Amino acid sequence: MPTAPHRLPERVRRMRSPPAPRAVAMLPLPPGLRRRLREGPPPPPAPPRAPPAPPAPPAPPFAFTPRRLRLGLHHPLLEDGDVHRHLYLQGVLTSLAEVAEGPKVSEFSCHISGCCQVFDTLEGYEHHYNTLHRNVCSFCKRSFPSARLLDVHILEWHDSLFQIMAEKQNMYKCLVEGCVEKFKSSKDRKDHLVTAHLYPADFRFDRPRKAKSGPWHVSSPAKDGASVPMDVSQETSEQFQVDPMETGPSENMEIPRPPASPGPTTPEKWFYKSSSSMNRLNVAGPSADPWGTPLATSLQPDSVPLIPTL
Amino acid sequence: MWGRRGRWAGPGGAEELRARRREREAALRRARRQEQLVSKRLLREDSAAAEGGRDGAETVPDPLSEDEVLELLRGMQRGSEDRKRSLSRLRRALQNKDTQQKFVRLDGSIRTLVGLFTSSLADVQMEAARCLHELSHSSDPAVAEACLPATSYLLTYLSGHSVEFTELCLYTLGNLVVESEAVRKQLLPQGIIPVLASCIQSPHEAVLEGLGYVLSQLLQAKEAPAEIVPLVLDSVLPQHMLRLVCSGLKAGTGAAVEFAWCLHYIVCSHTADAALLSLGALPALATLLLDLASETPPDAPEGLELLICPVLRCLSNLLAGDTGCQGQIRDERLLVALFLILQSFLQQHPFIVQEGLWLLNNLTDEPFFCSALLALDLLPALLQLLPCSPMAAALVLTVLCNIAEKGPALCQQLHQALPLLLPALALPDPQAVGQGLELLHLLFLHCPEVAADFIRQGGQRALEQHQSSPELQERARALLDLAGQPAGASTTGPCHGTVSAFP
Repeated sequence: MPTAPHRLPERVRRMRSPPAPRAVAMLPLPPGLRRRLREGPPPPPAPPRAPPAPPAPPAPPFAFTPRRLRLGLHHPLLEDGDVHRHLYLQGVLTSLAEVAEGPKVSEFSCHISGCCQVFDTLEGYEHHYNTLHRNVCSFCKRSFPSARLLDVHILEWHDSLFQIMAEKQNMYKCLVEGCVEKFKSSKDRKDHLVTAHLYPADFRFDRPRKAKSGPWHVSSPAKDGASVPMDVSQETSEQFQVDPMETGPSENMEIPRPPASPGPTTPEKWFYKSSSSMNRLNVAGPSADPWGTPLATSLQPDSVPLIPTL
Repeated sequence: MWGRRGRWAGPGGAEELRARRREREAALRRARRQEQLVSKRLLREDSAAAEGGRDGAETVPDPLSEDEVLELLRGMQRGSEDRKRSLSRLRRALQNKDTQQKFVRLDGSIRTLVGLFTSSLADVQMEAARCLHELSHSSDPAVAEACLPATSYLLTYLSGHSVEFTELCLYTLGNLVVESEAVRKQLLPQGIIPVLASCIQSPHEAVLEGLGYVLSQLLQAKEAPAEIVPLVLDSVLPQHMLRLVCSGLKAGTGAAVEFAWCLHYIVCSHTADAALLSLGALPALATLLLDLASETPPDAPEGLELLICPVLRCLSNLLAGDTGCQGQIRDERLLVALFLILQSFLQQHPFIVQEGLWLLNNLTDEPFFCSALLALDLLPALLQLLPCSPMAAALVLTVLCNIAEKGPALCQQLHQALPLLLPALALPDPQAVGQGLELLHLLFLHCPEVAADFIRQGGQRALEQHQSSPELQERARALLDLAGQPAGASTTGPCHGTVSAFP
């Protein structure tokens, strides 16, 4: 069983020669030419003699002078090469050879404690691991798509020093790579993301930190101890709005959320099984939604534990 | 991408494949002449094989009805098993353009799809990503642009570590990038360039190739020289691109191909020469050409021309820039490499010939390369390229002019080529013939005896046939004069001493 998903096998690609033999091109090249390539670089050029006198301009009607040609993107000389390149892009040239697949493995399961996902390809496992286990916050167990977003989360959600400093200076970093702007509040940052970077207003990885007493809060222990909600968002409805498509990591768990958004909703009833983090037997993965949106927990009035945890 | 997931259409399909290719080729030429050459790339698992279908034959599924599409959407909005099954069926159905259009017009469809794309269930996420990818590949702008709400997520996921997923996101982005300026106007502020700059340090070949694809699409945009190239030059991308191109023979040839085309587009923007030269692009690419030539057996493996072509172009254009960079690659092995490459690709990919000759022209601007070409005994091979194509003929003759122009010493060595130049004067292409006349002029100028030989070999008739051509008649006439022909023959000038006694 793989222990760490670091060096998963690369897909091997090889160019294959077409099967039919071709006539070799007939250029009368001197023998031994290829050997000259393998010789070392030429000796440094001899010190320049006096430069030759510039040649007289050609007498008309003759006009030739040597000229380096600079050809633009659309020059006719480049047409055939461009067409060939695009045939390749369109997959018309792909060779018929198959790629050597990675080593076959028999079924195996994720080794993270509590996670029971099973895989039959290394790629499937890799994707699962990266989605759920790789960039996980050690405080609240939420997972993030990148180390960077995880760092931002830890700073803003679990660092009391951050909260203190945020009172005096702009501490909320823009989430877009390459942008160095900082803001005094989560809301200001969101406004910047929307106006300057054309991000969607409901960008999933920019959920503002929720107050602990909210009904949606995960009951897992959080070490930060900061119970003061530093960022009470004005748009509470937006805060608790979650995408109706949110799912937990386990297939056994459904999320019973009445969609708070006024968007088109479906009339299905949401059903619900226990997602208590105590219950690990049928549940795969952490009980917190990976993108920082807490799942409903046993605080829900109609929770039905799958397995009694007494 | 290199040879991977190739669709094998079965034994009866080869003729169809050829016909399809000819059609595509014609369409591409038309598009290029209108300066609208745009292509997208499709990453699709060989689903027929996966689903146990027949023999991998490529069939586009029939379109679904509105109700059927709606049913799939509802299935996606329900939970667990339904969702995955519906997604898979949708993915297959979206291979049909009609179904694509129906899907994007449904209320809430994209929102649902994007929701699943950001799901924490890895396999749901992957399947949703494949659906988005099919949509991105559509030739209908309404369908492709429907994917816009997903772009911020596509970019976010590029910093993930799942190779297959990242690769899919990259190709999806690359398809969207080329769709319209409106799309790029969204992606640029969303930070696509910095994200790509981080991504280029990935060790995974598949990711790098996808990344190269995205960049090549960005750099082909009409607004690229003004809006995109400066951003790219400002980042770490150029040095990594150069590194990946130059190491492309050992590993990651697919990625090297993409980045080589990127470099070509950057060089064509005319604003990047100084930056690229300061990175050592010229000697690096020259060394790469040497490596390519020595690794390529006479029967070249299919696909290498896709790398060689943009490398040749970059070298030629960089040499032609205003900066005085010519001395950096004064290495006669470059000529050896060039001719070996021309030999390898002459049969299968004749376009390499004219592009290689373009480089040769730019090199032989320098006396060093003119002497080297003759010293290496490459003249016969050069002449052998005359009949390849009209453009090749014009370029061969131009190169010969470059050599002749360097003075009598080199002209002497061209003397032996005279018999092969006579047929060149009968070529149908006036531009090529014009260069031939210029060449003769230079030869007559520097080597008196050439004129005599020329006439002796029947050159007079060859010249006279151009007397009625407006482009050529003046020069043909002047050459006849120079060669001391009876009608208005001049008896002055250095070349004419021995040719006065002619019948």
